[in-house]
Amino acid sequence: MSETLHETRLVVNGVPHTVRVPARRLLADCLRHDLGLTGTHLGCEHGVCGACTVLVDGRAMRSCLLFAVGVDGAEITTVEGCRSPDGGLGPVQQAFQDCHGLQCGFCTPGFVTTITAYLRDHPDPTEEQAREAIGGNLCRCTGYQNIVASVLRAAEILKDEQR
Amino acid sequence: MKPPVFDYHRPRTVPEALSMLAEVGHDGKVLAGGQSLVPLLNMRLAAPAHLVDVNWLAELDEIGRDDGAVRVGALARHARVEHDPGAREVLPLLGQAIGDIAHSTVRNRGTVVGSLVHADPAAELPAVLVLLGGSMELASAGDGGPRRVAAADFFLGPLESALRPGELATAAVFPTPPAGTGSAWLELARRHGDYALCGVGVLVRLDGGLRVEAARAALISVGPVPVPVDLTDALGGQPHDAADWAAAGRLAAAAVDPEDDIHATAAYRRHLAGVLTARAARAAAAHAAGRLGGT
Repeated sequence: MSETLHETRLVVNGVPHTVRVPARRLLADCLRHDLGLTGTHLGCEHGVCGACTVLVDGRAMRSCLLFAVGVDGAEITTVEGCRSPDGGLGPVQQAFQDCHGLQCGFCTPGFVTTITAYLRDHPDPTEEQAREAIGGNLCRCTGYQNIVASVLRAAEILKDEQR
Repeated sequence: MKPPVFDYHRPRTVPEALSMLAEVGHDGKVLAGGQSLVPLLNMRLAAPAHLVDVNWLAELDEIGRDDGAVRVGALARHARVEHDPGAREVLPLLGQAIGDIAHSTVRNRGTVVGSLVHADPAAELPAVLVLLGGSMELASAGDGGPRRVAAADFFLGPLESALRPGELATAAVFPTPPAGTGSAWLELARRHGDYALCGVGVLVRLDGGLRVEAARAALISVGPVPVPVDLTDALGGQPHDAADWAAAGRLAAAAVDPEDDIHATAAYRRHLAGVLTARAARAAAAHAAGRLGGT
């Protein structure tokens, strides 16, 4: 049995794409398999771990809980889109390096996208707020202290950039 | 895992959606935010033959205030309702409870109406709707037309609501409580955002002398559907800052009938029902006094 394919348009990290996918293709799998953007990681596939978080029209969402066809026409930002304009590390990525915010790195793409969106709306978080902001993301290396520090460091970097 | 095969439908108007839902009947399921449905599909716990995607029905993406109620359309997402200035002003309980729903990434996509229809006994919004005496607006194609179902009649059991095959829940109506009413939402979870081991919403109405006129609660995760409890017998006539909160807690603990599961024993959940209700009642009374300018 061949599945019906649906033409779906996505603008990913500023680049327009048109894909033909089955309705059940998860956005995460569309990004990874159809577009080759393997920065988005899939952990639990049921919305618990947060590794697959991407920005959909600027808002952080679980890409394992979205169908690609369901976000037809949306602008998507993945971890690949969180780098700086010169191609180097973006502010959140730089903060993770500065603070040793990753160990195995599997969960990191979800943290980077989540934190990028959070700091856009909350540029000056307290440590408690930083902790709550990443509450929906799991790190099985349990490096949470350094990830919280990375949120605060990223806020500093972003503030410095705006000066 | 990956979701099973389904036929995807994308109606552009509500009537179009209703005729599609009528056509697919028992084999169809509405896809709104998908934050509860897609996990079920991914885990192959559900396998509807047809999904009707209502995310393109812009007319359902509304938050309205009318006739002493906040009306939330089927496409209004948690995050939008949580931060809606109009809703926050007249119905703070909505934002208080939504803040405890999962995490911001889920609230950015999930919908208020979708959560109500899902009828999870651990979910916050069914209790909020029950506590406020709200209702659901259900539309369908054909002769029946739209109907309105009171919250007390809508939640039938775990993951079971009065929504019929072919029906679309188009809105939830949350009545705004009378002046002098304060509210609080409290729940306990192992990690903030996880399913509550027990949760409670409380409304306390004060009279002009800042004494409790009426108080009631609705609890989650301690029964198959939200459990409403009238607390007026425990708190009525008492000062807003020195009522017998523990008595309110005892009423709640006696009213619930929780079960053991891997997360908590029934006894512990009952204990939480008492403690959380007492705390939430105190907080709601303080909230009411603050809104009246009394503190």
